[in-house]
Amino acid sequence: MVSAPDNSPPPSVGLFVTCLIDLFRPNVGFAAVKLLEKADCKVEVPRAQTCCGQPAYNNGDQHTTADIARQVIAAFESFDYVVAASGSCIGMIKEHYPRVLKDDPSWLDRAQRLAGRCHELTAFLVDVMQLQEVESSFAATATYHDSCSGLRELGIKQQPRALLSKVGGVTLKEMEDSEVCCGFGGTFCIKYPKISERMVSDKTANIVASEAECILGGDMGCLLNIAGRLKREGSPIKVYHVAEVLAGMANQSAIGDGKS
Amino acid sequence: MQGSTTEFKRQAEAALHDATLQRAMAKAKGGFVDKRRLAVARLPEFAQIRAEAKAIKEHTLAHLDYYLEQFERKVLESGGRVHWARTADEACAAVLAIIGAASKQVLKGKSMVSEEIGLNAAMERAGHTVVETDLGEYIIQLAHEPPSHIIAPAVHKTRDQITDLFQAEHEKYGLTERVTETEDIVNEARQVLRTKFLSADVGITGANFLIAETGSTVIVTNEGNGDLTQILPRTHIVTASIEKVIPSLDDMTVLLRLLARSATGQEMSSYNTLSTGPRRADDLDGPEEFHVVIVDNGRSDMLGNEFHDMLRCIRCGACLNHCPVYGAIGGHAYGWVYPGPMGSVLTPLMIGLENARDLPNACTLNGRCGEVCPMSIPLPDMLRTLRFKEHERKLSKARARGALKAWGLLARRPRLYQVVTALMTAVLGSIGGRAGRFRSLPLASGWTQARDLPAPQGATFQRMWRRRR
Repeated sequence: MVSAPDNSPPPSVGLFVTCLIDLFRPNVGFAAVKLLEKADCKVEVPRAQTCCGQPAYNNGDQHTTADIARQVIAAFESFDYVVAASGSCIGMIKEHYPRVLKDDPSWLDRAQRLAGRCHELTAFLVDVMQLQEVESSFAATATYHDSCSGLRELGIKQQPRALLSKVGGVTLKEMEDSEVCCGFGGTFCIKYPKISERMVSDKTANIVASEAECILGGDMGCLLNIAGRLKREGSPIKVYHVAEVLAGMANQSAIGDGKS
Repeated sequence: MQGSTTEFKRQAEAALHDATLQRAMAKAKGGFVDKRRLAVARLPEFAQIRAEAKAIKEHTLAHLDYYLEQFERKVLESGGRVHWARTADEACAAVLAIIGAASKQVLKGKSMVSEEIGLNAAMERAGHTVVETDLGEYIIQLAHEPPSHIIAPAVHKTRDQITDLFQAEHEKYGLTERVTETEDIVNEARQVLRTKFLSADVGITGANFLIAETGSTVIVTNEGNGDLTQILPRTHIVTASIEKVIPSLDDMTVLLRLLARSATGQEMSSYNTLSTGPRRADDLDGPEEFHVVIVDNGRSDMLGNEFHDMLRCIRCGACLNHCPVYGAIGGHAYGWVYPGPMGSVLTPLMIGLENARDLPNACTLNGRCGEVCPMSIPLPDMLRTLRFKEHERKLSKARARGALKAWGLLARRPRLYQVVTALMTAVLGSIGGRAGRFRSLPLASGWTQARDLPAPQGATFQRMWRRRR
């Protein structure tokens, strides 16, 4: 299961929790830890982390973004790998930190060195740890939303599907336009609520049309948006982060669902 | 052109409630996307051609002065004339000077730069009669509307609307029958336009490319209207912006392979027409005068700056077709000539960021536009760069800036952040935990007006993690 030679110490992984998992869905964080530990990684959660800085970056505040980037780099550069259950946050650290710090040579160097060791969870498990088996079952039909940053910045498409295919009981039913944005876009959804509403309604219409019982994805932002809209529409479709299903931890109330 | 970019939000919301517009947009939606995907899939070397095309444009932009002067020289050699215009006003003035004082019948092929400089209005003010000959442009001219898409100007109109428009506007030509089928609509437009073609004094077209080595201007159309516009009248005027120049015919063939595939999913457009100078002695037809008005209008300022890449744009419209925001609201909501992603970059640069503050922000940065752009223009990055500038110039809303600042202070202090977020999630979790979501929440109406807010699970991950370990 593990690609490392027998006697080498297990790789150390710093878990970048992400602010939305931290705030809304700790279960995804624990699912990520479980999956990483099963893949024989030594997982730590640095305390000196808050958010990757996208709210500042995408609202034009480069100064605050650079401060946060330095904070993240300092907290994570001692690990072999940085892993997050989010394509969006990893895309930020990997692709955008070097740009944010481009005028600061020593930090730029540190940003670039960290960038090479940053991975979104499913991509890390498949591409780096070469995980072959997933010990989990989840008896449901599911459809998968490809989150934009993961898909277009990191090329994540096959990895979560490859892992899901190993989960007992899951049948994947692809929806139409799975690669089209759900309308979350960080602060976009509250700055332009009407446009966002249209986009998320198009997304939920495609989800419903897929006839899947649940919708999975790899980014909490999209999932909160999609779950919020599905629940507003009164839909019984369940929303989970893919890590919860892979870790066999989708036994809790789904995102946006009450305690039964 | 006069714009309404400051009204973006209101216009977008009106568009979302406009059932007719939504019907038209829904109909157009999948077509462009599917056709492009198939066209690209059928060309295995698409990626290679894309890289080659980018290199051609970058080389040209690095030597833009050289190629523009070479183009001018070749136009002169072939008997034409070149007019340089720094601004929109200078460009309109140049065209009016060529047309002359007497009132003229002017035909137009589709030209986005002519929309940009407000040419039709300028010509009408000067007493000329202007008729658009591209079917889409003709329709919106009748409706007194600007184009809503850079290659499909009337994409926002349903066939019913066009039927009504033709019935009202064509009665004066004795065409009283109500035409409802696409073929009949096209034929009726043809019938009306044919008489105009034969009586026009001046034909104005745009240019997809200017070829430096031959002094040729190139237009790409599917209706053939452009050919008649530039061949039949006595005078042919081309309006084109400076970045349209490319070195050679070979380069044109590379770019043409990308253009139609990216735009409409065709391998080639139906008509790819080159104009080189006025009619020669042994030519069967052609204009007596050939003029090229080359417009800068802010583009040379973009050379070498952070928006330089935008000058590679070949106006295929793929970014519009793939933009989910454009798909939801259509082109008019953007409020100026160029809509969608490319417009949200260009418009602030051309009319001032302070006049178009919403445009760079009304985007989820989903990256689909950049992905399909045949010229590999990093549109999302440029939209973000415009947001940096808005922030620096304090153009964003004070309340948003305040919230961002408060969040920034917290996000840079992990210990304090964790105390505050632990408290917040505990409170929200205890209120919303049973239902699992909030239908409304103070200060969160932006979110909850369209969707529920899933409730936090009860404690932050950080807190639970520390407790467990």
